[in-house]
Amino acid sequence: MKAPLSLLAGAALLLLLTAATLAGPLLLPDPEAMDLAVRLGPPSADHLLGTDELGRDVLARLVQGGRVSLAVAALTATLAALFGTAIGLLAGYVGGRIDSALMRLTDGVMALPLLPLLIVLAAADPVRLGIPPDLAASEPVAVARLAIIVACVSWTGVARLVRGSTLSVRARDHVRAAEALGAGPMRVMVRHILPDVASPVVVAATLSVGHVILIESALSFLGLGLRPPLASWGNMLTGAMDVVWTAPAMAIWPGAAIFITVLAFNLLGEGLQRRLAPSLCRR
Amino acid sequence: MALGLIRPVVSRLGQSALVLLAMSFVVYGLMGLMPGDPIDLMIAGDPRLTAADALRLKALYGLDRPWIERWLGWLTQALQGEFGYSRLYALPVAAAMLPAIANTALLMVSALTLSLAIAIPLGLWAARKPGSAADILVNLLAFASVSVPVFWLGLMLIVLFSVSLGWLPAGGLNTIGGPDSLGDRLAHLALPVSTLALAGLGQFARHMRAAMIVESGRDYIRTARAKGCSPVRVLLRHQLRNALLPVVTIVALEIGGLFSGALVTETVFAWPGMGRLIYASVMGNDFNLALSGLLLATAMTLVGSVLADLAYWQLDPRVRGR
Repeated sequence: MKAPLSLLAGAALLLLLTAATLAGPLLLPDPEAMDLAVRLGPPSADHLLGTDELGRDVLARLVQGGRVSLAVAALTATLAALFGTAIGLLAGYVGGRIDSALMRLTDGVMALPLLPLLIVLAAADPVRLGIPPDLAASEPVAVARLAIIVACVSWTGVARLVRGSTLSVRARDHVRAAEALGAGPMRVMVRHILPDVASPVVVAATLSVGHVILIESALSFLGLGLRPPLASWGNMLTGAMDVVWTAPAMAIWPGAAIFITVLAFNLLGEGLQRRLAPSLCRR
Repeated sequence: MALGLIRPVVSRLGQSALVLLAMSFVVYGLMGLMPGDPIDLMIAGDPRLTAADALRLKALYGLDRPWIERWLGWLTQALQGEFGYSRLYALPVAAAMLPAIANTALLMVSALTLSLAIAIPLGLWAARKPGSAADILVNLLAFASVSVPVFWLGLMLIVLFSVSLGWLPAGGLNTIGGPDSLGDRLAHLALPVSTLALAGLGQFARHMRAAMIVESGRDYIRTARAKGCSPVRVLLRHQLRNALLPVVTIVALEIGGLFSGALVTETVFAWPGMGRLIYASVMGNDFNLALSGLLLATAMTLVGSVLADLAYWQLDPRVRGR
């Protein structure tokens, strides 16, 4: 079977992006070093994409932002996939009231206007939850906090797909046999159903990464996700918006980076869907 | 149709009310976790306040009671139509929200109309020959539309049409101090509506295409062709009418997403709508306004999806009998 073109294109783009974010720091200037003499400077041999409003190297910040954005996206998508799989398995296997309650919850979360809700969640102060202020401001905690917040609302797609697949796998012979041998519900779900629903999980998780990156960048753009001096593609655009009349070119690169990354994940997801789970192609 | 509709609509509205209730509870709790306390702000604003004054103020505003009790108090007031006072706008909450609701509704309805007006023909065009150049082009376009960050799309349109070409204004409802004409308002509407419409059309075009391809294999199409209907009539009167049904469902599901897009669009284009209001009130510690705004946005979304479901009932006689 030939691999779909979208799969190859998506994978190639992502390999390129990952290589760039990993190799970038070795070759580029310090992303937080300011040179106020060349604020908003044009592209030059020292600064390939020019400098920003504080004289920092745009390409270096782009690469640093990419590393952070990709890390947040990967963490969020993993959390969302774990949570969604648990909900989907439980709903599909146990059925009945639990199923209908969980699916109501899923539909409810899907129908909400998520961004305003995320703004409220992101505005909550971790210090008031008892996390020490200096720890709350550190990079790993900021990344984890954002990932948890976004994961709270992005598990729904995975949950629905897993539930659907679980419903069909539940009736198969090997599951019935395991039940007849006296396996408990936990064991049946984890050992006998989970392996069979793994490909829809992979597909749904990949497709959700693009969505997660879009949400994360929107939050960072609004000043509620990753905050400066930590560069992220979203907060670089906040800076660019302030200088859009004097340096319109500044707005191009961070957004283009988000666009290409999301496009790559969507292409990869669709390619995987065709390859691994053709029956799910029409969602 | 009327009688058969009452039950499902009532049950949907009941569910929506439950969602709103649960949400008000959660959000009320979250508000307490936000940095900045109204009393602290008052103390910062007036250095003569003593600690005893602060305690008295807390008791006066009920801030010394547990938050469940305060939430119940808020709920009782809200059910009587009292949503409190917005500190940010120095207006009652309802008065602060009213113009914003109209602005957001204008933005969302125009964007949705434009989006569907482009997406439906695109879907039709792509579905005519799956795998053709037209299909691949539409597919790429749809991928791009689904993947583009809304705020960046808005910024790029500003860079192109406002900064470089100078054709269209970059933000606001109308020219401040200028004559209030329809042309001026439309010019200000052009970029935000295009931004939101472009970001939404990929989703709709893909579903339109898929539905057209499914319908093209149905028996009734062959029957219509066999009885001598012209190809255009088969396409528009027979196939399209059935293929629009799943698109209506997608529209119902996408209204929440559209609102999220509208929030970002409003921020980029300084459009004084609900999204910007919620954002400003959360950032400015205006609890009353933030809570009511968020609930209203949710209510608008839920009502929007009930309306889309009603349209489905209206369009598809098969679900009416149930």
